[in-house]
Amino acid sequence: MTGPKDMGRHDRTSVPDGKSPLGQVRGLGSARHGGDHWIRERVSSIALLLLGIWFIVSLLLLPDWSQPTIREWLASPLGFVPMALFVYLSFDHSVDGLKVVIDDYQGDEGGRMMWHLVSLFLHVGVGALALFALAKIAFGATS
Amino acid sequence: MATSILHRATGIALSIGGLLLLTWWLLSLAGAASGYADFGKIAGSPLGLLVLIGLSWSFFQHTLSGIRHLIMDVGAGFELGRNKAMAIATWIGAVILTVALWAYILGVRA
Repeated sequence: MTGPKDMGRHDRTSVPDGKSPLGQVRGLGSARHGGDHWIRERVSSIALLLLGIWFIVSLLLLPDWSQPTIREWLASPLGFVPMALFVYLSFDHSVDGLKVVIDDYQGDEGGRMMWHLVSLFLHVGVGALALFALAKIAFGATS
Repeated sequence: MATSILHRATGIALSIGGLLLLTWWLLSLAGAASGYADFGKIAGSPLGLLVLIGLSWSFFQHTLSGIRHLIMDVGAGFELGRNKAMAIATWIGAVILTVALWAYILGVRA
Protein backbone atom coordinates (compact mmCIF):
# COMPACT_ATOMS: atom_id res chain seq x y z
CA MET A 1 0.00 0.00 0.00
CA THR A 2 2.99 2.31 0.27
CA GLY A 3 4.40 1.85 -3.20
CA PRO A 4 5.55 4.87 -5.23
CA LYS A 5 2.13 5.11 -6.87
CA ASP A 6 0.50 5.89 -3.51
CA MET A 7 2.74 8.85 -2.78
CA GLY A 8 -0.16 11.23 -3.35
CA ARG A 9 -1.06 14.32 -1.39
CA HIS A 10 -2.04 12.26 1.64
CA ASP A 11 1.52 11.13 2.08
CA ARG A 12 2.88 14.56 2.85
CA THR A 13 0.90 14.72 6.08
CA SER A 14 1.43 11.14 7.20
CA VAL A 15 3.61 10.53 10.26
CA PRO A 16 6.21 7.81 9.98
CA ASP A 17 4.49 5.39 12.33
CA GLY A 18 3.58 2.93 9.62
CA LYS A 19 -0.10 3.83 9.70
CA SER A 20 -2.05 4.64 6.57
CA PRO A 21 -3.92 7.97 6.43
CA LEU A 22 -7.13 6.07 7.19
CA GLY A 23 -5.44 4.27 10.09
CA GLN A 24 -4.37 7.56 11.61
CA VAL A 25 -7.88 8.93 11.86
CA ARG A 26 -9.75 5.72 12.68
CA GLY A 27 -11.23 5.72 16.15
CA LEU A 28 -10.72 9.44 16.71
CA GLY A 29 -14.43 10.09 16.43
CA SER A 30 -16.14 13.12 14.99
CA ALA A 31 -14.81 16.64 15.55
CA ARG A 32 -18.44 17.56 16.31
CA HIS A 33 -18.45 20.62 14.12
CA GLY A 34 -18.08 19.04 10.69
CA GLY A 35 -21.67 19.82 9.81
CA ASP A 36 -21.54 23.51 10.75
CA HIS A 37 -20.74 24.85 7.30
CA TRP A 38 -23.30 22.59 5.66
CA ILE A 39 -26.06 23.66 8.05
CA ARG A 40 -25.16 27.37 7.89
CA GLU A 41 -25.32 27.28 4.09
CA ARG A 42 -28.83 25.82 4.26
CA VAL A 43 -30.11 28.20 6.93
CA SER A 44 -28.97 31.19 4.87
CA SER A 45 -30.50 29.62 1.75
CA ILE A 46 -33.95 29.40 3.38
CA ALA A 47 -33.65 32.98 4.68
CA LEU A 48 -32.56 34.17 1.21
CA LEU A 49 -35.49 32.37 -0.41
CA LEU A 50 -37.87 34.49 1.69
CA LEU A 51 -35.82 37.69 1.40
CA GLY A 52 -35.33 37.21 -2.36
CA ILE A 53 -39.09 36.97 -2.87
CA TRP A 54 -39.52 40.04 -0.63
CA PHE A 55 -36.92 41.97 -2.67
CA ILE A 56 -38.48 41.28 -6.07
CA VAL A 57 -42.08 41.79 -4.92
CA SER A 58 -41.15 45.02 -3.13
CA LEU A 59 -39.42 46.42 -6.21
CA LEU A 60 -42.43 45.55 -8.36
CA LEU A 61 -44.82 47.18 -5.87
CA LEU A 62 -42.95 50.51 -5.87
CA PRO A 63 -44.80 53.15 -7.90
CA ASP A 64 -41.60 54.03 -9.77
CA TRP A 65 -37.86 53.38 -9.62
CA SER A 66 -36.67 56.95 -9.27
CA GLN A 67 -33.89 57.67 -6.78
CA PRO A 68 -36.13 59.49 -4.24
CA THR A 69 -38.76 56.72 -4.28
CA ILE A 70 -36.26 53.91 -3.71
CA ARG A 71 -34.39 55.89 -1.05
CA GLU A 72 -37.61 56.59 0.82
CA TRP A 73 -38.45 52.88 0.70
CA LEU A 74 -34.99 51.83 1.93
CA ALA A 75 -35.01 54.44 4.69
CA SER A 76 -38.26 53.05 6.14
CA PRO A 77 -37.96 50.30 8.77
CA LEU A 78 -39.69 47.69 6.60
CA GLY A 79 -37.38 48.56 3.72
CA PHE A 80 -34.11 48.94 5.57
CA VAL A 81 -34.22 45.92 7.89
CA PRO A 82 -35.04 43.20 5.31
CA MET A 83 -32.65 44.84 2.83
CA ALA A 84 -29.79 44.85 5.37
CA LEU A 85 -30.48 41.17 6.10
CA PHE A 86 -30.72 40.43 2.37
CA VAL A 87 -27.34 42.09 1.72
CA TYR A 88 -25.63 40.46 4.71
CA LEU A 89 -26.97 36.97 4.04
CA SER A 90 -26.27 37.20 0.29
CA PHE A 91 -22.60 37.82 0.97
CA ASP A 92 -22.58 35.18 3.74
CA HIS A 93 -24.17 32.57 1.47
CA SER A 94 -21.80 33.54 -1.35
CA VAL A 95 -18.76 32.90 0.88
CA ASP A 96 -20.17 29.50 1.86
CA GLY A 97 -20.98 28.54 -1.73
CA LEU A 98 -17.66 29.64 -3.23
CA LYS A 99 -15.84 27.79 -0.44
CA VAL A 100 -17.31 24.54 -1.79
CA VAL A 101 -16.33 25.48 -5.33
CA ILE A 102 -12.75 26.29 -4.26
CA ASP A 103 -12.51 23.00 -2.33
CA ASP A 104 -13.64 21.08 -5.40
CA TYR A 105 -11.17 22.55 -7.88
CA GLN A 106 -8.15 23.43 -5.77
CA GLY A 107 -6.43 20.23 -4.70
CA ASP A 108 -3.43 21.84 -3.03
CA GLU A 109 -4.04 22.60 0.65
CA GLY A 110 -2.04 25.82 0.67
CA GLY A 111 -3.81 27.01 -2.45
CA ARG A 112 -7.17 26.24 -0.89
CA MET A 113 -6.36 28.30 2.17
CA MET A 114 -5.13 31.19 0.05
CA TRP A 115 -8.25 31.25 -2.16
CA HIS A 116 -10.53 30.95 0.89
CA LEU A 117 -8.82 34.04 2.33
CA VAL A 118 -8.99 35.95 -0.96
CA SER A 119 -12.68 35.12 -1.27
CA LEU A 120 -13.41 36.00 2.37
CA PHE A 121 -11.58 39.34 2.22
CA LEU A 122 -13.30 40.34 -1.04
CA HIS A 123 -16.71 39.42 0.35
CA VAL A 124 -16.16 41.28 3.62
CA GLY A 125 -14.79 44.32 1.79
CA VAL A 126 -17.47 44.63 -0.88
CA GLY A 127 -20.21 43.57 1.55
CA ALA A 128 -19.19 46.27 4.01
CA LEU A 129 -19.31 48.78 1.16
CA ALA A 130 -22.86 47.68 0.29
CA LEU A 131 -23.98 47.96 3.93
CA PHE A 132 -22.33 51.38 4.20
CA ALA A 133 -24.29 52.57 1.16
CA LEU A 134 -27.52 51.23 2.67
CA ALA A 135 -26.78 52.90 6.02
CA LYS A 136 -26.06 56.17 4.24
CA ILE A 137 -29.40 55.97 2.47
CA ALA A 138 -31.21 55.28 5.74
CA PHE A 139 -29.40 57.60 8.13
CA GLY A 140 -27.29 59.95 6.06
CA ALA A 141 -27.98 63.40 4.78
CA THR A 142 -29.31 63.63 1.25
CA SER A 143 -26.56 64.48 -1.17
CA MET B 1 -26.59 16.15 -13.32
CA ALA B 2 -27.14 19.11 -15.62
CA THR B 3 -29.23 20.81 -12.95
CA SER B 4 -26.44 20.37 -10.43
CA ILE B 5 -23.95 22.05 -12.75
CA LEU B 6 -26.46 24.82 -13.48
CA HIS B 7 -26.86 25.34 -9.74
CA ARG B 8 -23.13 25.90 -9.41
CA ALA B 9 -22.79 28.06 -12.53
CA THR B 10 -25.72 30.31 -11.60
CA GLY B 11 -24.40 30.48 -8.02
CA ILE B 12 -21.03 31.73 -9.25
CA ALA B 13 -22.75 34.23 -11.57
CA LEU B 14 -24.82 35.56 -8.67
CA SER B 15 -21.78 35.64 -6.37
CA ILE B 16 -19.74 37.78 -8.72
CA GLY B 17 -22.15 39.60 -11.04
CA GLY B 18 -25.12 39.74 -8.70
CA LEU B 19 -23.31 40.98 -5.61
CA LEU B 20 -21.24 43.56 -7.50
CA LEU B 21 -24.38 44.86 -9.21
CA LEU B 22 -26.27 44.98 -5.89
CA THR B 23 -23.42 46.94 -4.32
CA TRP B 24 -23.13 49.33 -7.25
CA TRP B 25 -26.91 49.90 -7.20
CA LEU B 26 -26.87 50.74 -3.47
CA LEU B 27 -23.82 53.01 -3.84
CA SER B 28 -25.40 54.89 -6.72
CA LEU B 29 -28.65 55.25 -4.73
CA ALA B 30 -26.69 56.63 -1.78
CA GLY B 31 -24.73 59.06 -3.94
CA ALA B 32 -25.49 61.96 -6.23
CA ALA B 33 -28.39 61.98 -8.69
CA SER B 34 -25.98 61.93 -11.64
CA GLY B 35 -24.48 58.63 -10.44
CA TYR B 36 -27.89 57.02 -10.18
CA ALA B 37 -28.76 58.33 -13.62
CA ASP B 38 -25.59 56.70 -14.96
CA PHE B 39 -26.59 53.42 -13.32
CA GLY B 40 -30.03 53.63 -14.90
CA LYS B 41 -28.57 54.44 -18.31
CA ILE B 42 -26.14 51.51 -18.23
CA ALA B 43 -28.66 49.09 -16.73
CA GLY B 44 -31.23 50.10 -19.33
CA SER B 45 -28.87 49.68 -22.30
CA PRO B 46 -29.23 46.52 -24.43
CA LEU B 47 -26.14 44.96 -22.83
CA GLY B 48 -27.26 46.04 -19.37
CA LEU B 49 -30.69 44.52 -19.88
CA LEU B 50 -29.09 41.29 -21.11
CA VAL B 51 -27.02 41.11 -17.92
CA LEU B 52 -30.06 41.90 -15.74
CA ILE B 53 -32.20 39.30 -17.51
CA GLY B 54 -29.38 36.77 -17.19
CA LEU B 55 -28.94 37.50 -13.49
CA SER B 56 -32.67 37.31 -12.79
CA TRP B 57 -32.83 33.97 -14.60
CA SER B 58 -29.77 32.85 -12.57
CA PHE B 59 -31.56 33.87 -9.39
CA PHE B 60 -34.73 31.93 -10.29
CA GLN B 61 -32.81 28.86 -11.50
CA HIS B 62 -30.53 28.85 -8.44
CA THR B 63 -33.46 29.38 -6.07
CA LEU B 64 -35.62 26.64 -7.61
CA SER B 65 -32.78 24.10 -7.80
CA GLY B 66 -31.87 25.19 -4.27
CA ILE B 67 -35.38 24.21 -3.14
CA ARG B 68 -34.85 20.90 -4.96
CA HIS B 69 -31.61 20.40 -3.02
CA LEU B 70 -33.38 21.16 0.27
CA ILE B 71 -36.01 18.56 -0.59
CA MET B 72 -33.29 16.01 -1.36
CA ASP B 73 -31.46 16.98 1.85
CA VAL B 74 -34.36 15.62 3.88
CA GLY B 75 -34.12 12.40 1.91
CA ALA B 76 -37.10 12.84 -0.40
CA GLY B 77 -37.33 12.78 -4.17
CA PHE B 78 -34.56 10.31 -4.95
CA GLU B 79 -36.74 8.05 -7.11
CA LEU B 80 -35.41 8.28 -10.65
CA GLY B 81 -38.63 9.47 -12.22
CA ARG B 82 -39.49 12.02 -9.57
CA ASN B 83 -35.91 13.28 -9.37
CA LYS B 84 -35.82 13.95 -13.09
CA ALA B 85 -39.28 15.56 -13.01
CA MET B 86 -38.13 17.93 -10.24
CA ALA B 87 -34.98 18.82 -12.20
CA ILE B 88 -36.97 19.62 -15.34
CA ALA B 89 -39.50 21.57 -13.26
CA THR B 90 -36.71 23.89 -12.07
CA TRP B 91 -35.72 24.69 -15.68
CA ILE B 92 -39.27 25.34 -16.81
CA GLY B 93 -40.11 27.29 -13.66
CA ALA B 94 -37.03 29.50 -13.95
CA VAL B 95 -37.75 30.35 -17.59
CA ILE B 96 -41.44 31.06 -16.88
CA LEU B 97 -40.59 33.33 -13.92
CA THR B 98 -37.91 35.17 -15.93
CA VAL B 99 -40.23 35.73 -18.90
CA ALA B 100 -43.10 36.81 -16.64
CA LEU B 101 -40.87 39.25 -14.72
CA TRP B 102 -39.48 40.91 -17.83
CA ALA B 103 -42.78 40.90 -19.71
CA TYR B 104 -44.14 42.88 -16.77
CA ILE B 105 -41.13 45.21 -16.48
CA LEU B 106 -40.69 45.92 -20.21
CA GLY B 107 -44.34 45.55 -21.22
CA VAL B 108 -46.42 46.97 -18.38
CA ARG B 109 -43.90 49.04 -16.45
CA ALA B 110 -41.85 50.71 -19.18
